[in-house]
Amino acid sequence: MKHYILIVACCFINIAYSHNCNSKFYGEVHDFHDGSPIVAATIYIETLNKYIVTDINGKFSIDSLCDGKIIVHVSHLACETKRLEIQIKGDTFYVINLEHHIEELNEIEVKGTSSTKLTKTSQETLLKTEDIERFSAFNLGDALKQISGVSSINTGNTIVKPVINGLHSSRVLVITNGVRLQDQEWGIEHAPNIDLNASGSINVIKGANALAYGGDAIGGVVILKPPSISLKDSLYGKTIISGQTNGRGVSVNSSVTKTYQKGWYVGAQASMKRFGDFEAPDYILTNTGLNSKGFSVNTGYKTFEQGFNMFYSFLNNEIGILRASHIGNIEDLVNAINSQQLLVTDAFSYDINAPRQDVTHQIVKADFYKRFKKFGRLDVQYDFQNNKRLEYDLRIGDDRFKPAIDLTLKTHTVRTNLKIDAKSNITHEFGVNVGYQNNFANPDTDIRRLIPDYDKYDAGFFAISNLRLNDNINLDLGIRYDFNRIDAKKFYLTSRWEERGYDEDFDDIVIEDAGNQLLTNPVFNYHNISASAGMAYQLNDNSSFIFNYGLSNRAPNSSELFSDGLHHSAARIELGGLHIKQETSNRVSGTYKYNHDTFSINLEGFYNHINDYIFIEPTGTEVTIRGEFPVWSYNQTNASLFGLDVTGQYNLNEQWFLNTKSSFIKGRDLSKKEGLIDMPSFKTVNILGYSNEKWLQLHTELQSELVLRQNDFPNNNFDVYIATTDSSVLLDISSPPPTYHLLHFQSDITLNVSKKTNLNIGLNITNIFNTSYREYLNRLRYFADDLGRNIMLQIKFNY
Amino acid sequence: MNTLKNNLKSAFLILVSTLTFIGCSNDDDPEIVIEEEVITTMTATLVPVGGGTTITLMTQDLDGDGPNEPEVTVSGDLVANTTYNGSLVLLNETKNPAEDITEEIEELDDEHQFFFQATNSIATFAYSDTDGDGNPVGLSFTLTTGSAGTGTITIVLRHEPNKGATGVSDGDITNAGGSTDITETFSVTVI
Repeated sequence: MKHYILIVACCFINIAYSHNCNSKFYGEVHDFHDGSPIVAATIYIETLNKYIVTDINGKFSIDSLCDGKIIVHVSHLACETKRLEIQIKGDTFYVINLEHHIEELNEIEVKGTSSTKLTKTSQETLLKTEDIERFSAFNLGDALKQISGVSSINTGNTIVKPVINGLHSSRVLVITNGVRLQDQEWGIEHAPNIDLNASGSINVIKGANALAYGGDAIGGVVILKPPSISLKDSLYGKTIISGQTNGRGVSVNSSVTKTYQKGWYVGAQASMKRFGDFEAPDYILTNTGLNSKGFSVNTGYKTFEQGFNMFYSFLNNEIGILRASHIGNIEDLVNAINSQQLLVTDAFSYDINAPRQDVTHQIVKADFYKRFKKFGRLDVQYDFQNNKRLEYDLRIGDDRFKPAIDLTLKTHTVRTNLKIDAKSNITHEFGVNVGYQNNFANPDTDIRRLIPDYDKYDAGFFAISNLRLNDNINLDLGIRYDFNRIDAKKFYLTSRWEERGYDEDFDDIVIEDAGNQLLTNPVFNYHNISASAGMAYQLNDNSSFIFNYGLSNRAPNSSELFSDGLHHSAARIELGGLHIKQETSNRVSGTYKYNHDTFSINLEGFYNHINDYIFIEPTGTEVTIRGEFPVWSYNQTNASLFGLDVTGQYNLNEQWFLNTKSSFIKGRDLSKKEGLIDMPSFKTVNILGYSNEKWLQLHTELQSELVLRQNDFPNNNFDVYIATTDSSVLLDISSPPPTYHLLHFQSDITLNVSKKTNLNIGLNITNIFNTSYREYLNRLRYFADDLGRNIMLQIKFNY
Repeated sequence: MNTLKNNLKSAFLILVSTLTFIGCSNDDDPEIVIEEEVITTMTATLVPVGGGTTITLMTQDLDGDGPNEPEVTVSGDLVANTTYNGSLVLLNETKNPAEDITEEIEELDDEHQFFFQATNSIATFAYSDTDGDGNPVGLSFTLTTGSAGTGTITIVLRHEPNKGATGVSDGDITNAGGSTDITETFSVTVI
């Protein structure tokens, strides 16, 4: 059809051409959003090599044109250049709409990065492509630690969860390519199923001020965006290969993208990582290997006015869990903690044996958007996620190769967003989302389910307004409502049911008595209100302030409600609570930014008061045939968290710079008047950097990382009776490890192979002095030291 | 342009089908899980060499990892200066009929070892069985009582112990490592 029109049009032009050369082409150039005239827009007529400029009313006119087709390029400062094919037949009038929103412009024009912030009045940090590529061989959690105030909670070094201002797991939302990740994020040993290599930029927003993404982000939101697409005929790609000594492994990532000027694009990306046992300075950390495979495809059509995107991603991670961390009972834990020795170690191996995790996450997404002139933009998105988690424990007999945990979590979400941005000083955004989630715990494991089967229903809507009062003041106001309903079917041991007192409070939900187990049907509804208000004030060219307030409610997750069982790596019985209510956070924060050529500083302070803060704490011990176990139960308290994050840079001259990132945080349990468990301690990273563009664009950095001992922690130690020695021993599960200091080195050079291809070679050394240390927020700190020296060579090829 | 329209149409279809999806939930009840590997019961049967009363030491924890404590019973007093032939039986009584776990230990005897200890010198122990590598297992053992008195006997089952470590094959648990599957302490009287 298209070709047919072209052919007809061509014929017509050919006929028309010889006829008339006195035609006038005139018209107006308008702003797409508010229809206002654009002054001094350039109109370049390619076919004639002529320029005209619009007048004060946005009007233009050119005489003496021959009838036929002309090609014009319309451009204006800070606008997307528009290319048009126009038929001239007699005097021809045309209205041309131009788009002048800078943020959209970046999305379209800048290849590789869409370096824009998503909010104006939040504590937001942006990681660009080059900041992400450096961590190509690592995890999301590792990459985010570049940001002051973001730390991680680890199970070894391959299961890394981001912690934002002391909060993690269900309190941190991860959004990838517009999809809210639903990957059983409730567990500390459940790392986000993200392939860092698929993203072009990462925005981290502290606190619950990004209401468009969810109202329960008490900690914050991590938003990963794919590399942006440029509207031109192009084929490009990149390959990153990293090899490292620690883990003796490689990581390879490759991507290729084809784009068309008309707006079509298709891209594909694949990555693999293979590591064997990692090493602490003094020993091999047996069974800590990793085997990761992922790929994604992304295709669609994109113009300023409309477009769609289809996205699929697959990620499989097979992760070994330190062998020495599997313990039978508390006596084994006493042995591990009190000796501070690794209990099981073996020769280096690439084998990944039990205990191990095998997690596969798939995302399918389709979204569509359309812009309406003088109105705004409408987005509709559907996504489906399938998360399959298999955990293998050390088992005997025929069950040896059977997983101990086999969960399948399926989530469907439909969301729609309407952004009204016709006026340049005020924008409104409205959104609605509905979701359905199903969790299936496979009974073939022959182990009682840790998380039960459930159906979950979500619905939410929000409204956000951004008002630019003047050039210096930006205001944000948002409100959101979410409804969550969880409908579970769970078996309880009758003895547990009674011990918890559920036979009194929840007797009506028992639907079947199967002897020593009861089948129950807990159904809970939650109504959550969240709100956000923020102000950004630009004091002068160098200084600005941001203040904001966020109210957020989070419904308990399935782990907090239903956990019920023995946790091997912690040698403890973990119990959820059916009585757990939602938690409410009130967070205020203030930011001061100073930017100058040679010196910049960013101070971010916050106070977060959380009512009914859900946390797990020791509540006694229980004796089984395997011996005594501490019982940890989910409880609620009122908590307060406050802290200060500092980022500063001082450029000594063109080549040398100093950089500092420090964060201080305190978390208090207000009812017990003691520290909260698992709060990051004071950390400061100081960098001396040297760059020289003349020397193959050399960049080098020497980093000093100092982490002080956490001195404010709850004392959960208790005495344990050891049968084999007939004695009582204090089990110190609380005391944080001592202060440590590490030195790291980073460097890279870039070689231009041809005009369009370049080769970047990086050499990174972490823990240069092979220092032995343990980190408070690593759950395997009881069993082994953290990683020793690692030398990594990374080759990046852009083409 | 047409493609876009089509795509919008298919998006709408997806939306509608999802909502339909959401509408119907699965009302099947989940299947009950009765754990296979749980050891609920350990019975040590002590038969005096040369005749006399057989004594049993038993620990039974029917709710596994549940809150109830194991029930520990000792059938009677041991006789001083006597050798008993001991044997151990492990059961999973959450199943009906009860499953004999002893057989699984026998099959994987190189990965398991029992350790016996007594306080106040009321008894000494010796292994009467070996695995394929000639290392002790402990499903069969001998117990020799000392002089009269009271004390405790502790029986521990370790999974994947280091049987080659110093003292382990002699029954010393200190260097055994591995993880504990059973540990129980019995209060006994020797008369």
